[in-house]
Amino acid sequence: MARKSSRDRMKNEINAGSMADIAFLLLIFFLVTTQIVEDKGITVKLPPWSEEEVDPTQLKTRNVFSVLVNADNQLLVRKEPAELNDLRERAKEFIMNPKRREDLSEKPTKAIISLKNDRGTNYETYLQVYNELKGAYDELWEEEAQRKYNRPYSDAMPRHMKKEIKGRIPMVLSEAEPTTFGEEQ
Amino acid sequence: MSKFQKKRGASSPEVSTASLPDIIFMLLFFFMVVTVLRDSELKLNVLTPSATQLTKLQEKSLVNYLYIGKPKEKYQETYGTSPRLQLGDKFATVADIPLFLEKHKIKVPENKRNKITSSLRVDGKVTMGIVQDVKIALRKANQLKVNYSAKPKAE
Repeated sequence: MARKSSRDRMKNEINAGSMADIAFLLLIFFLVTTQIVEDKGITVKLPPWSEEEVDPTQLKTRNVFSVLVNADNQLLVRKEPAELNDLRERAKEFIMNPKRREDLSEKPTKAIISLKNDRGTNYETYLQVYNELKGAYDELWEEEAQRKYNRPYSDAMPRHMKKEIKGRIPMVLSEAEPTTFGEEQ
Repeated sequence: MSKFQKKRGASSPEVSTASLPDIIFMLLFFFMVVTVLRDSELKLNVLTPSATQLTKLQEKSLVNYLYIGKPKEKYQETYGTSPRLQLGDKFATVADIPLFLEKHKIKVPENKRNKITSSLRVDGKVTMGIVQDVKIALRKANQLKVNYSAKPKAE
């Protein structure tokens, strides 16, 4: 009789139903405390540091697309006031020069975009201008990829194809030293 | 009639919930692995601007973060209201950048060191002066891969 009762006790199981609740509690704790960090941005390659300044006067003026952003966040493109919305189209036209105009770049490999800002320029404006200029190149690369390989320009593209496209339309964006207007004290 | 009654007696209606904790644990581990705990407390107000031509940062261990913005209200008494640089979890000056980069570099395996990216998290309202100083410091330290952190723009 006693032996039977002990075997009955062996059969008893721990109730695992509440384990789910504990795990849920942990899960919710982690969901609340962690924040998924947005890790996206505009990737830029800075030029290496050198003591001597590059002299832009050596370049032909038709090959330079100068963009100036002043301390009041106004745009000066090729010495004329311009709007941010037109910047991308104008940059694309300048780089490719489809109509072979005399005042735009000779060919895409010779095109240089020169970006200059004041120290008082808003960072947001600066980034938007940079975004438009990068967007112009991105769109040109996309068009070139579609025309040549009939496929979109993306990370999945083989490296040699990308190199070929970037060799035809290299992104040359030089940033001049900023002028010291409007610095925040 | 007796047939139905027999069937009802034979089936046990209870579903075992013993595997439920395992499923929840799996979810829990998934979230623990995927999310990264932010290691440094942000002492600045940083609201990055939005842009469209974004690239994603790949490996988190190869990225060092530089924050630029105005100090938060509770630090304004000590540090003022002009834009400051934050490296790791403390306020810093431009002169501290080379050491900060070097400290991060030694943690990275040698074959991956040329892939190190500096993520600049800059508040949209900051003027370019301090950003320019930081950029020059990065160039002098030969840290040329830079990512201007930005939010995707809703179009």
